Amino acid sequence: MSSPSPKSPELSEKDKKYDRQIRLWGEHGQRLLETANVCLINASALGSEILKGVVLPGIGGFTIVDGRIVTEEDVGSDFFLDTQSIGQSKAKCCKELLQELNPDVRGDYVDESVESLLESRPDFFTTFKIVVATSLSEKTLIALSKLLWERQVPFFYCRSLGMFGSIRLQIKEHRIVESHPDSRQSDLRLENPFPTLKQHLDATNLTPKVPWLVVLYKYLQKWIEKHNGKFPRTYQDKEELRIMIREGMTADEENYEEAIRAVNSSFGGGKPPTALQNIFDDKSCNELNKNCNPFWIIVRAVRDFIQSENNGYLPLAGVLPDMTADTESYINLQNVYRQQAMQDADNIFRRTQQLLRSLGLEEDLIQEEDVHLFCREVSGLAVFRGTKISDEYEKSYKSVHIAQELRSPGSLIEHYVALRAFERFQTELGHTPGECNVETDTAKLKSVASKILSEWGIAETLSDDLVHEICRFGGAEIHSVSAFVGGCAAHEIIKIITEQYKPVNNTFIYNAITSESACFKL
Amino acid sequence: MEVNNSSVEHLPQLSKRFGHLRKITERPGPFCHANFSASPENLEFLSTTCKILIIGAGGLGCELLKDVALMGFNDIHVIDMDTIELSNLNRQFLFRKNDIGFSKAERAAAFINARVPTCHVTPHFCKIQDYGEEFYRQFHIIICGLDSVVARRWINGMVLSLVKYDDDGSIEQESVIPIIDGGTEGFKGNARIIIPGLSACIDCTLDLFPPQVTYPLCTLANTPRLPEHCIEYVRVIQWEKENPFKAPLDGDDPQHILWIYEKSLERASQFNISGLSYRLVQGVIKHIIPAVASTNAVIAAACATEAFKVATNCYEFLNNYMVFNDGDGIYTYTYAAERKPDCLACSNIPRSVSIEDPNTTTLEDLIKQLCEDQEFQMKSPGLTTLIDGKSKTLYMSTVKSIEERTKCNLTCSLGELGLKDGQEIMVADPTTPNTIIIKLKYNTNEVEMK
Ligand SMILES: [Zn+2]
Repeated sequence: MSSPSPKSPELSEKDKKYDRQIRLWGEHGQRLLETANVCLINASALGSEILKGVVLPGIGGFTIVDGRIVTEEDVGSDFFLDTQSIGQSKAKCCKELLQELNPDVRGDYVDESVESLLESRPDFFTTFKIVVATSLSEKTLIALSKLLWERQVPFFYCRSLGMFGSIRLQIKEHRIVESHPDSRQSDLRLENPFPTLKQHLDATNLTPKVPWLVVLYKYLQKWIEKHNGKFPRTYQDKEELRIMIREGMTADEENYEEAIRAVNSSFGGGKPPTALQNIFDDKSCNELNKNCNPFWIIVRAVRDFIQSENNGYLPLAGVLPDMTADTESYINLQNVYRQQAMQDADNIFRRTQQLLRSLGLEEDLIQEEDVHLFCREVSGLAVFRGTKISDEYEKSYKSVHIAQELRSPGSLIEHYVALRAFERFQTELGHTPGECNVETDTAKLKSVASKILSEWGIAETLSDDLVHEICRFGGAEIHSVSAFVGGCAAHEIIKIITEQYKPVNNTFIYNAITSESACFKL
Repeated sequence: MEVNNSSVEHLPQLSKRFGHLRKITERPGPFCHANFSASPENLEFLSTTCKILIIGAGGLGCELLKDVALMGFNDIHVIDMDTIELSNLNRQFLFRKNDIGFSKAERAAAFINARVPTCHVTPHFCKIQDYGEEFYRQFHIIICGLDSVVARRWINGMVLSLVKYDDDGSIEQESVIPIIDGGTEGFKGNARIIIPGLSACIDCTLDLFPPQVTYPLCTLANTPRLPEHCIEYVRVIQWEKENPFKAPLDGDDPQHILWIYEKSLERASQFNISGLSYRLVQGVIKHIIPAVASTNAVIAAACATEAFKVATNCYEFLNNYMVFNDGDGIYTYTYAAERKPDCLACSNIPRSVSIEDPNTTTLEDLIKQLCEDQEFQMKSPGLTTLIDGKSKTLYMSTVKSIEERTKCNLTCSLGELGLKDGQEIMVADPTTPNTIIIKLKYNTNEVEMK
């Protein structure tokens, strides 16, 4: 029986508590989360649900801004208010019950309206990693959107109205190294093996024990020889290759079978996909400067490496899928890939150091392990460039996309327009549509919606039923709808903070009546 | 269309508190279900009559309890056999550090009852199998927030067995209890509604649950290539052989995990395999599924919305399956999962099991087929049949004395056991409270018949 070793590999208390999520975004993602601060403007069931979704996984801190007093109706839809809260500051009560969820998280509140804070201390909002807001007036939303765009603070505006909800992300530029694609094409370089791979494959004899990759390589050579140096491209080519491998079988060798199955998916990796090529062509990559994000310096180093010495091939990811084989031949092959990947990454790391020096920046701005991670994930790199929310409120707003969508039946873009009309109604008439009288407000809301659409130069109208339904809600916030939208928004916030997984681009609409959702780029 | 306050006056605490819900339940609307009548009675039904059961008080269960409590449900029951662990706290938000070791159902119920005074949650700290028909029959709606396929199938079978039929074979509506089922894994999830006897049930869509990854024994023993192979070798072979703690492996015992970690590390270094970490060992041994608060919140919310629709008739409920994924953007998709005409659980047609050759297929082969086949996925089936009008137990592992008496049958061929083509076999399994009937279909006979 083994005694506990002095340096116990067992996880720390904190690692254990967050184990189930660290398996998704890693310890490095968790560290980013634990140092981030978010600001919630306007407490509500939706606001609480958003914060709950970032407080539980251990965000660094949160601050609630709300100048209102808790009503009995608030308590009925928001789990983070209780009966004792009625009549007290909403920001304070909500902060207390949310902070109670997780002692690792710092909670704070400002019991002042967003409007007065924007006037007295606009810089307050720019101290946060992310700002998220609910139930804003049009005027405040526009002001906040402009401020946060200017100051490059990512901003989420979320709505929950009756059975409908929305999330709008405003971010100037967001860069993702780890996008965690559902499936990855393996980069095996069979068509163009790097020298050590070629050497290894040529020196390996075909036996039933070697990985299928060796089998495929050997038969690929035969195929190429037969076709005067051409590579198999078409379906017929590949079928011929499969037949050649099958004919080479003496018994039913598993590695041959696996090689036959792998014919279709094993070629063509290693070249930059279109999205990555666009990143290489980006102005930020071509015009590096002292203030640019280190991401772009690594991108530039990768691009230079690919163009100047790697024949257009990406740095090798060095990841080999599992294959039936004996341990030794698999591990040896794996090492060939890993060593080349290491070498490529080292090369790129040296290039980043040169670039840093030429820009007059500190060399420790980019660490070796950053570059290694970057190279492993290079085929999935993503850059997200957003648009400003306040633009949607300009008279000159280019709404071609909305017009198009409105013409396709059942599109949820109609709900976006309806939510916009709801807010415009509040601005112009000073109360919530359907608060007291559904019938009269329905007629008024209809005309508000038509006005918005005609400002955009759109001939289509909103359906009477949708306008009626919006008024029927009378501004109600339904808890389960807020919980749905809040959960989604919380994860989008985590994506931005951890710089992993692709965020929504850029507007999410949810209809709980039909359980449908859609995303639009506005 | 003015809001009418008079009828809920006898429930003063509800009238204001549920101002939001009342707009939806007391006003008619263009998208409402045909059977909906706008009235204070809708909320009154939720608060005085409707009885709802939440199965599971874990990641989904905590969210579900909060959601249904704030959607106006009052008489809420929750059942869960588990106790609270540290790794639950990143998402099971009704629990704190000092709750560790206590019943999830009890702590969750106490929390909700304290926070939401309009509702009353009754906890049940036990297995779902501890209760029978009388218990489950009392509910109007059951919502499942489970991570186990076996438990889902069992409750599915239970609710199906409660469905009563008229003399003319039509379903008695009052006997039907809708099941709303949620599931999550990482950033993926699903929510669905099952109307037992009418729409696709859990067993109709068994193929949606992928079988667990297993590695061939010879890979583990002779040609390991991945760190997982080393861990599985230690778990399957070395633990059995060395039995270091004179006890079965307990994934929750840090000593046990540490032993497996150290032995796996030894094996990995012996084969030059890299990438073995303590977290990986834990993940493999405990079959850990990654989980975050947000996905559970979303899926539970979708389930609660559907429960509200079912209970109030305010909108047509989901038909019948929604998939969710927010790993890349936010994506949902809804579709109608179809019933399987010969579903093991919800059809009365005995399922055929194809047998190559009754003279070479042993009873053990048949049992293996029932466990491994995607369409059955049974756990430890017990088999009985009628031979010459007499009931005969072929094999049963759950009762020790019967196991001893029947294990000799395992190596017998079906022919030797006197089982004929078309023979009906009654199967009992932990995946269902009911008896499943399968029908043997011999392929060799079929060839002769042509
Ligand atoms: Zn079924």
